[in-house]
Amino acid sequence: MVQIEGLTFRRGQKVIFDGLDIDIPRGKVTAIMGPSGTGKTTLLKLIGAQLRPQAGRIRVDGVDIHRLGGRALYRMRRRMGMLFQSSALLTDLDVFENVAFPLRENTRLPGGVLRTLILMKLQAVGLRGARRLTSSELSGGMARRVALARAIALDPMMIMYDEPFTGLDPITLGAIVALIKRLNDGMGLTTVIVSHDVPETLGIADLVYVISQGKVVARGSPETLQQTDSPWVRQFMRGEADGPVPFHYPAPPYLEDLMGDAP
Amino acid sequence: MNSRTVEIMVGLFVVAALAAALALALKVSNLTGLEGGSGYKVYAYFNDIGGLKVGAPVTAAGVTVGRVIAIDYDPKNYEAKVTLLIRSKYNDFPVDTSASIYTAGLLGEQYIALSPGASMQNLKNGDQIRYTQSALVLEQIIGKFLTNFASKP
Amino acid sequence: MSLLDGLQSLGHGTLSMLARMGRAGLFLGRLMPSLDMSLRRPGLVVRELYASGVLSFVIVAVSGLFVGMVLGLQGYITLSKFNAVNSLGVVVALSLVRELGPVLTALLFAGRAGSALTAEIGLMKSTEQLSAMEMMAVDPFRRIIGPRFLAAFIAVPLLTLIFDAVGVFGGYLVGVAMLGVDNGLFWSAMHGAVSFRADVLSGLLKSVVFGFVGAWIAVFNGYDAVPNASGVSRATTRTVVNASLAVLGLDFLLTAWLFS
Repeated sequence: MVQIEGLTFRRGQKVIFDGLDIDIPRGKVTAIMGPSGTGKTTLLKLIGAQLRPQAGRIRVDGVDIHRLGGRALYRMRRRMGMLFQSSALLTDLDVFENVAFPLRENTRLPGGVLRTLILMKLQAVGLRGARRLTSSELSGGMARRVALARAIALDPMMIMYDEPFTGLDPITLGAIVALIKRLNDGMGLTTVIVSHDVPETLGIADLVYVISQGKVVARGSPETLQQTDSPWVRQFMRGEADGPVPFHYPAPPYLEDLMGDAP
Repeated sequence: MNSRTVEIMVGLFVVAALAAALALALKVSNLTGLEGGSGYKVYAYFNDIGGLKVGAPVTAAGVTVGRVIAIDYDPKNYEAKVTLLIRSKYNDFPVDTSASIYTAGLLGEQYIALSPGASMQNLKNGDQIRYTQSALVLEQIIGKFLTNFASKP
Repeated sequence: MSLLDGLQSLGHGTLSMLARMGRAGLFLGRLMPSLDMSLRRPGLVVRELYASGVLSFVIVAVSGLFVGMVLGLQGYITLSKFNAVNSLGVVVALSLVRELGPVLTALLFAGRAGSALTAEIGLMKSTEQLSAMEMMAVDPFRRIIGPRFLAAFIAVPLLTLIFDAVGVFGGYLVGVAMLGVDNGLFWSAMHGAVSFRADVLSGLLKSVVFGFVGAWIAVFNGYDAVPNASGVSRATTRTVVNASLAVLGLDFLLTAWLFS
């Protein structure tokens, strides 16, 4: 579904991606993992063509997405749903209108059909009864579920999740995990999850990529990754405090520093 | 705040602004003047028009009867040629009417005052007013005063 | 801070200001064609006209009233020294229509509605709402920024007219009703001295220019804001300061051009 070839992206002087190659298969849940700050959100923005790479190519459903102009790009975006880390709900609209937004803007469906569709999407995320709440009345988990209903409003072929598990309580977490899996299988979606929450992600992913320093350092099914030889990947997977990624920021020797008087 | 209320409020707002515009146009400024109304043209030559401007009023007995619509310099007789547009309904100015340039108030704008003559014939479109009095120029008055003063024994 | 550091900051500040002006120009170039949706869906503009125009009505009207009243009072005090109080209407009307109406309305607008616009757009940017809209195949320039710009641009001249009218009324209240200037002379002297074309329309032209520039500055600063709390706050302040200075500077240029 999505092929990323030789992706190179720089922000100012900093190299974010350096020849990245990722293949996201259709209909499966693919996870892209790595430590904070490796540019995982940037990768989703590149796939959605909100950013342009300096080199490399991204193909979505066979189409080079950065070659698409205005209208064609917007048509392609309608087939991609995205769930933002902050939910990014439109704050002056209530739940119903938030989910209705992409439909109202992109289609000319009559009111009755619109209402039915929206109720169905809200039912899928379990919030049909909450449809008239305003965005300030929603808890974090509920907001994320509304954003999810909004992301599937146009029945996309693919959904991208940006850190969907961050900052949720165990019950809501379980609900979101189950929803992602159910939507993927039930709607035949291609799912891309960007996350650094290892247990939840490994629980539902079919294919996992681990990114570090702008390159892919590991790839495989969750089982394969857990039996990896690479000490770095093992440190990441097991959440060990010290290892190839050191605990201590580079500094002069401890005793010398204490005895000296460098500021 | 539903959209119907919003629309009504915006409509009221626009109406208020238009009412203000109307008030400004009619009550505050002189929009009800004769902008390009129907009238006939008359020409007058002056030695010095002073500060007379295009658009200045033309009055008779203090009533505005027309406007200055053009001011040109005539190189043949070295005088200023002023074109007056007088409203059609004021069509009985005798041909020996005189035109003078006066000042409205102490610091006011200059205007043309018509003083009717005694002829039986009236001014028509394209006629010329023969008797004109130029604007008073301050320096000339002072000059005259000083000469008068100097010449007193 | 040494002299060299001071010079460096000055250079840096100048360069970043020039860069921002360049971005503002590009922004305008992108904004103009995006106004098509605002024209096709006037409901969007109407909503924003409510937020920018209707909600500014009270502050503009009240300020206009007070300014007109002060003009009436000050004008009376000064004119009475020259025994010319019957020209009070002229003083009040010309001051308002030519200068105070357009300039003060634009300044009030920048402070109230302009800063609100910047904050709103800046917040939408920092909570990723604009980004989410792009991913939902909705162009934020067409859907969000365009209508707000157009509404602000339309609101300023309308508010100026209201300021002028209420101000003249305020002058009338003080001059005629309170200080005893002759009612008939007040209005007739004003009538004779205020030309619709030269004065009222020129003032209106000024307000159209101020509306354009004020709206542009407000929406640009929101769009350009650094996407966090302090960034939005700085952008809001920048709108008020820049729009105010721009209005005053343009006022000088326009006055020189229109009234010389």
